[in-house]
Amino acid sequence: MNVKALNLKSLNSKADPAKPGITAARVFGALGMLPVLVLLYIGFYFLTQQFSDDGISNFATVDNTMNILRQTSINLVLAAGMTFVILTAGIDLSVGSMLAVSAVLGMLVSLPDSFPSLSLPVFLLAGTALGLLNGALIAYLRINPFVVTLGTMTALRGAAYLFADGTTVLNRDIPSFEWIGNGDFLGLPWLVWLAAAVVVASWFILRRTVLGMHIYAVGGNPQAARLTGIKVPLVLLFVYAMSGLCAGLGGAMSASRLYGANGNWGTGYELDAIAAVVLGGTSLMGGVGSIWGTAIGALIIGLMNNGLTILGLSSFWQYVAKGVVIVLAVMLDKWRHQSSTN
Amino acid sequence: MSDSTGEVVLEMENIDKRFGAAQVLKGVKLCIRSGEVHALMGENGAGKSTLMKILAGVYQPDGGEIRVDGKPVRIGDPAAARRHGINLIYQELSVAPNLTVAENVFMGAEPRRAFGIVDVPAMNRRTAEVLATLGARFAPDTPASELSIADQQQVEIARALIHKSRVLIMDEPTAALSDRETDRLFEVVRQLRAEGIAIIYISHRMAEVRLLADRVTVLRDGSYVGELEREQAVPARVVQMMVGRELGGFYEHDKVRTPGAIRLRVAGVGGGKVRPASFELRAGEVVGLAGLVGAGRTELARLIFGADRASAGSVEVDGKRVDIGNPGAAIRLGVAYVPEDRKGQGLFLQLSALANTTMNVLGRHSRWGVLQHTALNGVTRKAIDRLAVKVSGPAGIVGGLSGGNQQKLLLARWLEIGPRVLILDEPTRGVDIGAKHEIYRIIHELADAVVAVLCISSELPEVIGICDRVLVMCEGSLMGCLAGDALTQENIMALATHAQAA
Repeated sequence: MNVKALNLKSLNSKADPAKPGITAARVFGALGMLPVLVLLYIGFYFLTQQFSDDGISNFATVDNTMNILRQTSINLVLAAGMTFVILTAGIDLSVGSMLAVSAVLGMLVSLPDSFPSLSLPVFLLAGTALGLLNGALIAYLRINPFVVTLGTMTALRGAAYLFADGTTVLNRDIPSFEWIGNGDFLGLPWLVWLAAAVVVASWFILRRTVLGMHIYAVGGNPQAARLTGIKVPLVLLFVYAMSGLCAGLGGAMSASRLYGANGNWGTGYELDAIAAVVLGGTSLMGGVGSIWGTAIGALIIGLMNNGLTILGLSSFWQYVAKGVVIVLAVMLDKWRHQSSTN
Repeated sequence: MSDSTGEVVLEMENIDKRFGAAQVLKGVKLCIRSGEVHALMGENGAGKSTLMKILAGVYQPDGGEIRVDGKPVRIGDPAAARRHGINLIYQELSVAPNLTVAENVFMGAEPRRAFGIVDVPAMNRRTAEVLATLGARFAPDTPASELSIADQQQVEIARALIHKSRVLIMDEPTAALSDRETDRLFEVVRQLRAEGIAIIYISHRMAEVRLLADRVTVLRDGSYVGELEREQAVPARVVQMMVGRELGGFYEHDKVRTPGAIRLRVAGVGGGKVRPASFELRAGEVVGLAGLVGAGRTELARLIFGADRASAGSVEVDGKRVDIGNPGAAIRLGVAYVPEDRKGQGLFLQLSALANTTMNVLGRHSRWGVLQHTALNGVTRKAIDRLAVKVSGPAGIVGGLSGGNQQKLLLARWLEIGPRVLILDEPTRGVDIGAKHEIYRIIHELADAVVAVLCISSELPEVIGICDRVLVMCEGSLMGCLAGDALTQENIMALATHAQAA
């Protein structure tokens, strides 16, 4: 009798969320950081209107929104790769350096006396190979991911300068991949299409495949994953290769957009990518998070960069503002998790 | 040896302690005299360690009284315990490897000179004096990282002596020591006793208790059972007091099964602390693996499952010799292992019931690596129904479930592979009575479906209640197998504690 009564009670409390009564916590639980993105957009709209000379906001225009998306695209691609890595409780500090190396190598191949048509594969393969290197060191030699990628971040930055011979590799004639950074398709820049494609592909892998399930499992509990027969090293190898591939694609995107590459490309990009992932609610402890969250996190960062620039804030203050928003957003996320588990 | 009429230095009376819903101590008493070795005995989970942590100020009792020299005292924290002359030497030693012996001995109470400068010469001198009385063979300025386990223990004892200890608590001090080191420790214990220090000695080894103890207090299920003088404390009597529990009709073990063909043959499998072990499991048989915590049961199971590499021996499944080098290979052969540490090694707490239930069989419900969610949902719903798991649905997150429901989901995952051999490691630990009952039901169902079940458990009534026969391990070795009328708690404890009597 007693047990039955208890059951009913627990069933009732389980049914609770279906009841009407919308609380802030519940909205955040379902939508994640989306409300923050929307509020920021509206906020910037009013601020830019307020501070403009003619009382018209040049923030919330179609052109500028397109700008935001374009400016966000490269960081979003890197952040997508980073999401895979962070879901396994790892970190990849080397994405900016991998981007530089693959951008420089791809541009070198694009030079007239080289193999211009092979540029695109070189961008992607270089990134993937470097990612595999990270993955092999982490999965098979069992070195801490932070240490491995800190090392490759530094070493590959040097390699990028060396490949570029300390200068910028310039080439105005890049027919094989000029479209990536400068072409449009159905009114949207290819940069945006590519970033969106990466997000959708990531979602598919993470949510619809065996591999995706194994990634969450390895991040959630590596010991248990091993005991269920999951080949943990292979999963780790994959996520770092994926991050490298995304960095290679990011290299192609930035080289194409700027018709050049040098060893300095992508410096500090790893931090924006990590910030996007964390803003999106993915746990640095692994096992929890989603690619949609990362997309929203990257958009929040892109929006802040763009809006603060239009407001005419100095870049020093922009750094301060970005940092504050990141910490506040993650605090919000923590509060959201606490209230949803209570 | 020493006169047991030394004056009473420490009394605990009517001590109660509960953790959440679990009452771990009720009305426990303990009376310690100066210059005696007082053994505290009981099964795993009887409440010995909790009682000692109360004495050392780590936990606060919910009721009862502690008296030192007849005066009631409150031991609010470990420092208070030290002021009353009570020192606890933990099972896991707490020596800082980066410091020297003397620094470890004086940790937190360093002798000072002006301006807070540590008086290193004085520290070394006094440490050397204490070490000399203990017969230690290392200098005060030796780095602690160079010491063996036995030497580290002496550092801890030295720490207690520096603090003018009157009651010294030793929690399984010989667990990690060799025979020679054990002998040396005993000498030290006897010497301390001769100096009038009271020693509370926790050990599972009957022989040691026989050798050292002046008196024995026995606990069972958090209650005081009795106190024995040295002469009365014969192994048979102590064992009987430790396990003397009634068995209810709780285990549903009336159905008689006839074991079938040999499912699993383990021949000379050993590695790490496990000495080569051989046994067989037949289809439709539930076999227990009993022994004290640390006897090597989990380690043996992990060797069979391939979670760790065996250094010797072979495994046969259904008559075919197999090379189980990793868990994946074992799973393909139909060997399942449900680990003891449910949260640490079993479940994915942040993930859904679906992910937790189907993780082992994702390959079967996917095409070209793409998951078939309808099928996975169906599998999960069926498992939830079959094992009566209380969860909101396949999407429910596992971390928020009760221990029993978590355990059932973990069991469900392993049942999905269609196991031929199922190894359960402490399947009912931290699980409430109702869930326990259902887990027993599932075990019997599986045995009826001719699965061979190996069940590791520290709960003797459980082992006897659900198993057809019981293998007993002690200190890494398989000691024997008990079945039929020989299958009693007393016999299991005798094998597990290496006692010849009973």
